[in-house]
Amino acid sequence: MQNFTPGSALLGGALIGLAATLLWLFSGRVAGISGIFAGIFTPSSSEFSWRGMFVLGLLGGGGLYALLVPGGLEFGLERSAPAIVISGLLVGFGARLGSGCTSGHGVCGVSALRKRSILSVLTFMAAGAVVVFLVNRLGGTL
Amino acid sequence: MKESTSFKELAAALATGVLFGVGLSVSGMTQPSKVVGFLDFFGDWDPSLGLVMAAAVAVHAVGRRVASGRAAPILGGHFRLPDREGIDGRLLIGSVIFGAGWGLGGICPGPALTALPGAQWQMWLFVLAMTAGVLAFQLFDFLTRRQRASAAALAEKVK
Repeated sequence: MQNFTPGSALLGGALIGLAATLLWLFSGRVAGISGIFAGIFTPSSSEFSWRGMFVLGLLGGGGLYALLVPGGLEFGLERSAPAIVISGLLVGFGARLGSGCTSGHGVCGVSALRKRSILSVLTFMAAGAVVVFLVNRLGGTL
Repeated sequence: MKESTSFKELAAALATGVLFGVGLSVSGMTQPSKVVGFLDFFGDWDPSLGLVMAAAVAVHAVGRRVASGRAAPILGGHFRLPDREGIDGRLLIGSVIFGAGWGLGGICPGPALTALPGAQWQMWLFVLAMTAGVLAFQLFDFLTRRQRASAAALAEKVK
């Protein structure tokens, strides 16, 4: 547990929870990022414009952080291009099929004690743990 | 029915997006090694992301409590609950697929978008592939709906 960073984890998590709360309180929308991201590919929808703004906001938040903490957004994990491509395909398809990801199910759904979100979180964490276990058995890089 | 989104709602979406992005960056979720470290329960486990989720859920649970006293959001309209309910194969299979991809790359959608300004080729490639995954799902969803509709039409004819 030598990489444990409890302070920044708690602070960052609280900011995430606050952002999700403000979006819900002000416009009654759930901060589920896979759904928001998918929404920017249907420009005809009435939900298109706010979703686009939210995605721009995420980029702005990351950009702001990178300015304040140089090198703060470095990738820092040994993964080949094919591994990244497969990972992205699985994340994009799986999050849509399961109607959510770490934000929609993990933060919003769990906060509302929705059973299907809690089950989703347990399922994707278990699947992720199995894959990490296998990758580490293969030497930790792919 | 097409509802228009007000300027204030767009500003709220932008501002909360910035806050969410800063939160993800501070928390360490944008560093794939932290994600993989958290999922490595049988190795050198890094519990940080468990605390990220616990803090986010605690704050949001209180926030939803506060909001539940209101009949409508501050900027008008109505509270939009997710439309899918219950537990089905899609939820479980989707979560397994998502989790496998999350473990493989250590990246999920929010951190991927947030980390794009960090100009790391891995993140840009990931977002491209994730986009392809999202579009592949939309095609899959369209085809399964059409198949179901034509099967229903056929059943109607047989009757």
